[in-house]
Amino acid sequence: MKNIINCLVENEPGVLARIVGLISGRGYNIETLNVGPTLDRQVSKMTIVVLGDEKIIEQVIHQVSKQVNVIEVVNMTKKRHLNREMILVRVASKDHAARIEIVDLANLFDASVIAVQEDSVTLQMVGDQEHIADFLRLFTPYHIIDISRSGVIAVGREDVNGNG
Amino acid sequence: MKKEIKNKKFSDGEIAERSGAQCVVDGLVKAGCDVLFGYPGGAVLDIFNCLYDAPFHFVLPRHEQGAVHMADGYARATGKVGCCLVTSGPGATNTITGLATAYMDGIPLVCISGQVPLSMIGNDAFQEADVVGITRPVTKHNFLVRNVDDLPDIIAQAFYIASTGKPGPVVIDIPKDIQRQTTTCIEPDTVEMRAYKPHVDFNPAEIEQLAALINGSHAPVLYVGGGAIAGDAAGEITELARKADIPVVTTLMGLGAFPEDDPLALKMLGMHGSAAANYAVDRCDLLISAGARFDDRVTGKISEFAKRAAIVHIDIDRSSVGKSVRCDLGVVGYIKPVLQALLPLVKQTKHSEWVEQTTRWKERHPFSYPDKGEVIMPQYVVEQICAVSNGKATVVTDVGQHQMWAAQHYTYTRPRSFISSGGLGTMGFGLPAAIGAKFGCPDDPVVCVTGDGGVQMNFQELVVPVEHKLPLVIAIFNNGYLGMVRQWQEIFYSTRYSGVALGQEGRLRMQRIEEASGYLPDFIKLADAHGAVARRIFNKSEVTPALQEAFESGKTCVLEFIVDPEANVFPMIPPGHDVSSMMLRSV
Repeated sequence: MKNIINCLVENEPGVLARIVGLISGRGYNIETLNVGPTLDRQVSKMTIVVLGDEKIIEQVIHQVSKQVNVIEVVNMTKKRHLNREMILVRVASKDHAARIEIVDLANLFDASVIAVQEDSVTLQMVGDQEHIADFLRLFTPYHIIDISRSGVIAVGREDVNGNG
Repeated sequence: MKKEIKNKKFSDGEIAERSGAQCVVDGLVKAGCDVLFGYPGGAVLDIFNCLYDAPFHFVLPRHEQGAVHMADGYARATGKVGCCLVTSGPGATNTITGLATAYMDGIPLVCISGQVPLSMIGNDAFQEADVVGITRPVTKHNFLVRNVDDLPDIIAQAFYIASTGKPGPVVIDIPKDIQRQTTTCIEPDTVEMRAYKPHVDFNPAEIEQLAALINGSHAPVLYVGGGAIAGDAAGEITELARKADIPVVTTLMGLGAFPEDDPLALKMLGMHGSAAANYAVDRCDLLISAGARFDDRVTGKISEFAKRAAIVHIDIDRSSVGKSVRCDLGVVGYIKPVLQALLPLVKQTKHSEWVEQTTRWKERHPFSYPDKGEVIMPQYVVEQICAVSNGKATVVTDVGQHQMWAAQHYTYTRPRSFISSGGLGTMGFGLPAAIGAKFGCPDDPVVCVTGDGGVQMNFQELVVPVEHKLPLVIAIFNNGYLGMVRQWQEIFYSTRYSGVALGQEGRLRMQRIEEASGYLPDFIKLADAHGAVARRIFNKSEVTPALQEAFESGKTCVLEFIVDPEANVFPMIPPGHDVSSMMLRSV
């Protein structure tokens, strides 16, 4: 099962390496990872998506919580939350007809065209995990030249203690 | 990220400029360091220059691994934070095994390493290694100091992190230029960290539930680990066991947390534990784990472990609760206040039938070994060490068969009297750790129980106690084999002895060493070259007098016992099996 884990960490060199090393060193695979600053300049938020059963995730959360630079760890999957990921996809378009087909499909997903070349269209799409999976599935018949994903970010629906 | 500039000054307004190197020494003094184990080198010359005037004792090991094991032995014997100092590059990489050893057993250490100057980091400079990178998985925390103003805080934080919560080793990597720069920042009086909050308030409702479980149990067992010793809770363990009449089993790390001369003591459990301890865990209806972590050497087959019992985990480390074995009630907190809160809620009671049953197991299956006349049985040597020292010695072991015999055949009655690498199982730990323990507790008799394999891994450290005129007894159990591996090859690999023979080229299988020609190495000559008193003992009748002489000599004494090469450690539960597969003796 996919779990979205939010960690508030002190913004110090080496914290990212410590947390990633801890998870990978136990043989668990990180699916996506996103790190960014928060309003407090000394604190960063990491969003880690890990695959695993409940027992594995519980261990990951305990082990991460125990790190000296970690302020708080929340399993977002366990509470009401919103999650989004951005993807950039470059799709081959051999002629004008193909281009129109791609743009039509993109419109259905509220994806926007951010670049057009002679032989390709680059799309930007933001959505939750399900939405993105649908998008990618429907684009599979086309020739996807390149794809980049931002990794999931998540925020709590109702704020409990300020850090959701 | 640039930190805010601190403006901590002396209160009278006088600004004292100190070098980073001086901050290291002052920080160690402030933290209460009384012995520093260190090895110099280019990247720590400035710190060594300041050590010249330091008020604490400095000890020079002969290898950085020895420095860390000594600091570790010191920490285990005293309960204080062990301190060591090494140079950059190879100096720091040589500490890895020692750090991992301390990390696995939750031992508080602060290890300071020199680093190449900040501007040269990443340039493959001479004696450069990415020390925070390499030590990350084997430390509780580590620091790379980037600003000399941070140094006094970091040193205080390192001691705080090492000694609180579940203790562990902390590395501070200090670039050479930081050591030479000056600062007006001073040591903080208290440490406050934003993210690290080791204080844990246990939940009183859980204590009530635990008391109810104990009061309702007919066949309880206390399963005590190293956490009870680290948490200074041996007194509370003993009080609880006696008040509620609960038999006690201990892990290797928990030996000494409960006096083994008490009728309730069932001694060690697990792979090489006593039959009584393993039967009791198998049959009990309530297993209370106190500062133990359900290691695979303890549990064997997880699904069969204490399968009839409600299992309670008491641990300071939340991640240990329910990690490998099911947990019916978890109590997260410091063990001493948890037990103090529990004690008044527990009824004074007797479990006569249950205790009688465990006593019968104990009487029927004591730790035993065959009598082979004048051939020295290693177990006999351990018994005689206990007898000659009146059970007052601190026993420090290496890893292997002798470690298990030392755990089984000595009667431990006080915490910190058995020191051993439990989690990592580090051969080479024994001799340097014994030296560190002796520096920590100079008034206690200390004996290193080691093997002909393990002692060779750090033999060079023998010169240290000789130099410092330390009374220390080093008992080498020489069976001419890497005995524990040989035992596994005997039992699980059809006696195909591969890569385990020590000492004599062409020696017949299981031939006693003195019947073959020559000793390789000659431990007596080797000890003599290091300046220690040395003696080789062949016969059972010589064992006791030799030990008496060694303990009374006040010198560093090496006793080489030529023991039965065929001796095996029993009982034994094969790995991954349960108590029903326990082998009580050789078949």
